[in-house]
Amino acid sequence: MNAVASETRIMDLRQISVRELNQALHDLREEGAPTRWQVRNAAGEHALAVGINAPCTVEINGHVGYYCAGMNKYAELTIHGNAGTGLAENMMSGRVTLKGNASQSAGATGRGGLLVIEGDAAARCGISMKGIDIVVRGSVGHLSAFMAQRGRLVVCGDAGPALGDSLYEAQLFVRGQAADLGADCIEKEMRTEHLEALGALLDQAGINLPARAFRRYGSARTLYHFNIDHADTY
Amino acid sequence: MSSQYPGMIESALFSRDVIAEIQRAATEGIYDIRGWGAKRPLPHFDDLVFLGASMSRYPLEGYRERCDTRVTLGTRYAKKPLELKIPITIAGMSFGALSAQAKEALGRGASAVGTSTTTGDGGMTPEERAASSLLVYQVLPSRYGMDPDDLRRADAIEVVLGQGAKPGGGGMLLGQKINARVAGMRDLPPNIDQRSACRHPDWTGPDDLEIKIRELREITDWEKPVYVKIGASRSYYDTALAVKAGADVIVLDGMQGGTAATQNVFIEHVGIPTLPALRQAVEALTELDMHRKVQLIVSGGIRTGADVAKALAMGADAVSIGVAALIALGDNSPALDEEYRKLGSRAGCYDDWQAGRDPAGITTQDETLASRLDPELGGRRLANYLRTLNMETQIIARACGKSHVHNLEPEDLAALTIEAAAMAGVPLAGTQWIPGRDGRF
Repeated sequence: MNAVASETRIMDLRQISVRELNQALHDLREEGAPTRWQVRNAAGEHALAVGINAPCTVEINGHVGYYCAGMNKYAELTIHGNAGTGLAENMMSGRVTLKGNASQSAGATGRGGLLVIEGDAAARCGISMKGIDIVVRGSVGHLSAFMAQRGRLVVCGDAGPALGDSLYEAQLFVRGQAADLGADCIEKEMRTEHLEALGALLDQAGINLPARAFRRYGSARTLYHFNIDHADTY
Repeated sequence: MSSQYPGMIESALFSRDVIAEIQRAATEGIYDIRGWGAKRPLPHFDDLVFLGASMSRYPLEGYRERCDTRVTLGTRYAKKPLELKIPITIAGMSFGALSAQAKEALGRGASAVGTSTTTGDGGMTPEERAASSLLVYQVLPSRYGMDPDDLRRADAIEVVLGQGAKPGGGGMLLGQKINARVAGMRDLPPNIDQRSACRHPDWTGPDDLEIKIRELREITDWEKPVYVKIGASRSYYDTALAVKAGADVIVLDGMQGGTAATQNVFIEHVGIPTLPALRQAVEALTELDMHRKVQLIVSGGIRTGADVAKALAMGADAVSIGVAALIALGDNSPALDEEYRKLGSRAGCYDDWQAGRDPAGITTQDETLASRLDPELGGRRLANYLRTLNMETQIIARACGKSHVHNLEPEDLAALTIEAAAMAGVPLAGTQWIPGRDGRF
């Protein structure tokens, strides 16, 4: 590792291991640690930059494997490539921006922060999300927002089948077509407060699209209590 | 056929219990949900006996010669393995299914005797962490309350694939147990039924699990042991795959293992008993040359030191208790019989742990009921019980001439039934016959 600028630490994965990278990022909890990092030659490695627990910015060059930025707190990461399964899973806070496409379960169970995917996201994007905001410039695959509990999923393209299946209180916004909606997921009125909040979120994500071009989906709340009369729905 | 009413024939197939269930289903239109584990008779540790010392085996002196019970868990990869003073741990049970007082009592009891307790679905409570000197943090499919700070605060991590009571099943915590605190921890509205998923959201299969475990190790700097918990079904293959995925410790839960709320038909008809599951897991570990390198914790029907000793003799490194721990806290106490009867049950039968009306204050979120359980007193009761189990285990081990409980071995055991002999892989008492071995059956 070496520094090219006074405040940027370069971590080349041809020269150091994933373990050394993550340990260095975890040591950021110590005072005086550098706050700008650049990771080179990611080469599809798994578990890159996971469990960060301090404010810093991390640029990752190359494609990343499973669980990149998993359980992130405070940090802002940008990935210049595509991402494997479970990008930013269970993120707590901070921001993760993916310049390419994401594999399945992007943002799974995330509890906070913002995940921006500038390409497409595969199946189960935002599965069991618990407060995270996810903005996808492209389209998402099937069963996205499955059992999503809290937070917002914004899809600028199309949504695959069974969007929002068994949804709880998460809010979904889709600009294109939603192939079909999952159990208990319904289209809801887009009121002023939703337009304002969505507009602010799109601005935050750096996406220049009008909020009024989106449709809103949410839970019909008919599955909130087990009812034998709904057996055909399950 | 019954001789209770001469001249009248009662069906063995359609017993009065079966008739009652059919008529209940016809009235209510829904299956029976309950807590606890399998209740029907199953081949179990009771079907095994120890041979004890004899002409060729020297016993150790009771109350004088040392019989060690310490266990180290997580020696494969973790920088900080768990050091337990006794080979008996407390199984994962959620805050939500149990009251905060009950969770604290479990932590106090376990800590008093130098063993670990385990979180559950719904996350880690501060009371539980403070009361538990060694706390295992579960990573479950629902990820309710999943927090990297708690991962870092934990002493070990347990990735849960399933439970013995319901391999392949998720769960449902009914709305009456979802108060504001439980709901807040789970990021869900209060008072609604909460589904616990049956599949993990971000991995599928053993290859993915290997990567998931690596992520958890990276997040925690490879300090914590990583357990993998499996419900007993295809125990041989699941154990081998968990080893392949990188587990430090395998937790194997037989069908007698408890649950907070599951369909009765699921509890009684899915999965296999602890006895054959344990044998299969040990076989898999042995064939991979991983026995004692990847530690094995077995649960599902552990009640006495005899059960503990038999599980260890069959090859487990430790056992885990859930139902028995709740009973030690006061669940199903005869002193509460009148209150159980008001709920349509009775002491010894109460298993409506899903309902949230537990008069013992254990399986409830009702503040008045929960306040009946004093965590300090509960912790002392659990510690007493754990000490008793440990001493009973030592008594048996000494009688077999063992200076450490891990020196117990299958050779110390005999089976009382052909079924138990086949399932446990030990000879039928008085014979050298192990059904299924050496091509003989």
